[in-house]
Amino acid sequence: MSTPARQAAQPDQERRRGGFSSRRVFILAAIGSAVGLGNIWRFPYVAYENGGGAFLLPYLVALLTAGIPFLLLDYAIGHRHRGSAPLSFARLRRGTEGLGWWQVGICFVIAVYYAAVIAWALRYTFFSLDEAWGADPQGFFFGEFLQAGDVRVTADVVPGVLVPLALVWLAVLVIMALGVQRGIGATSLVFIPVLVLAFAALVVQALLLPGAATGLDALFTPDWSALTSAPVWAAAFGQIFFSLSIGFGIMITYSSYVGRREDMIGSGLVVGFANSGFELLAGIGVFAALGFMAQANGVAVDEVADDGIGLAFIAFPAIISEAPAGALLGVLFFGCLVIAGITSLVSVIEVVISAVRDKLDTGRLTATLLVGVPAAVLSLVLFSTTSGIYVLDVVDHFVNQYGILVVALVSMVVVAWALRALPALGAHLNVHGRPRVGTGWRLLTSVVAPVALAVVLVFALRDDLAARYEDYPFWLLLVLGWALVVALPIIGFLVARLPWRAGTHLDGPPPGSDPAEPLHAPDPAPNSRPQDDGGPR
Amino acid sequence: MSTAAIVMMVVAMAVIWGGLALAVASLLHHGAVEDRPEAPRRDL
Repeated sequence: MSTPARQAAQPDQERRRGGFSSRRVFILAAIGSAVGLGNIWRFPYVAYENGGGAFLLPYLVALLTAGIPFLLLDYAIGHRHRGSAPLSFARLRRGTEGLGWWQVGICFVIAVYYAAVIAWALRYTFFSLDEAWGADPQGFFFGEFLQAGDVRVTADVVPGVLVPLALVWLAVLVIMALGVQRGIGATSLVFIPVLVLAFAALVVQALLLPGAATGLDALFTPDWSALTSAPVWAAAFGQIFFSLSIGFGIMITYSSYVGRREDMIGSGLVVGFANSGFELLAGIGVFAALGFMAQANGVAVDEVADDGIGLAFIAFPAIISEAPAGALLGVLFFGCLVIAGITSLVSVIEVVISAVRDKLDTGRLTATLLVGVPAAVLSLVLFSTTSGIYVLDVVDHFVNQYGILVVALVSMVVVAWALRALPALGAHLNVHGRPRVGTGWRLLTSVVAPVALAVVLVFALRDDLAARYEDYPFWLLLVLGWALVVALPIIGFLVARLPWRAGTHLDGPPPGSDPAEPLHAPDPAPNSRPQDDGGPR
Repeated sequence: MSTAAIVMMVVAMAVIWGGLALAVASLLHHGAVEDRPEAPRRDL
């Protein structure tokens, strides 16, 4: 039980953690986290490959039965326990703190390589102006730009990647050092509207290209037979999980910065549908452009359709070269990748910074440097070399498939079945949330979403055990893939053994965290809302 | 574009963007009540 002194200290601790100044800022930041590179370069191809227009049905089912319920679970954990992922789990039950550190580890790894892709996009924003890739975008990307050689880890630095990567890290560290509201919040307030407007302009330009209708026809023509295919349903659930930034600490961290009397259910619905709305917009823009490309080359859309790096850095440059006002199209496309990437990257790195701050009781600037400098150095060492593309591809594949999916599944099972915390978390959401969550939400969160995650995981495992990923050498997959995903939970539970700073409340939700109860200690803000942490200290 | 593709595109836009509009409207309606300043609290 907490002592009165601890109760009085708690709002002060909350004030020092910082917070979003309003619900609007939180929602924009959460949308900024969810809308990332995957919305632009992954969703369109996944939809196209898995039934086209018919994919909409499993996609919506996945959103409503697993994505949004899981998002609300993350919100409830962070909002009720007012802490980073490790602190929130420790407050749920001391023994589960390691789950939070496991999520922190995954975020650290993602941040290290995600910055490199943003750096590439930044460089390509400028390449678009004079179509620097010439007549061979693929040769340019792997050869002249990345200088990728044989598949091996090297220390041969590529200055063309090193400089933009350093700039990306500098920008991100400045944002993080400024604090939750003045850094992340202010960035989201500016970047998200700019992203939506810029992408809308890109879509309009793409729709005006000859052949755009051919691309949209390929994307939306339904293949109803796909609905009987289990991999199609697994792809829909996988897309929703990867896209919504759920299950690896981001939404727990962000929701801990929201005023205690905010409607987290309504906010979750807005974030979930906004994320899908942007994906749909991306699908229209990307396939309109691919339709133009297909028509210009006299080939079918499936011959030019691609996803991920292939879509962004090979297919799109080719489109830009052939399209009227291609430079504008390129600046809009790569500019959107940079903006979407940065708002996602800050959310990923905030999970780590927030955890370090809570554990060590450090100031914002100190925690930013403690986390950001090693991350930036590691990122520069690993990904600005001629082997960066291979390292990135392997780490991304394994951390996404087995890091995020497994930690999300384990967290969900632990919270729902081992701790049986769903009734209390649902009750917390319902105090100010509308529409209320009840038995249906608990059923979806404890049964439907975990089963769906397990199925997605089984399909991923089946593929990876059947054949070596992208035919990379076994040692590379073993060291940077399997060993990494096994090491992260071990490291997480070892870090959880380190003691918390004196006075940290660990026994259940902190005093005054129940939005239905009157507070005994002075409230940090009129709406029980934490203030910004004042930036660097 | 084929009729089926047009129908699916319109359905997708209506469901997803319509869902977003409804979610925003619901939050604004409910949030307006919740955003009222709290009554002064007394220490108990």
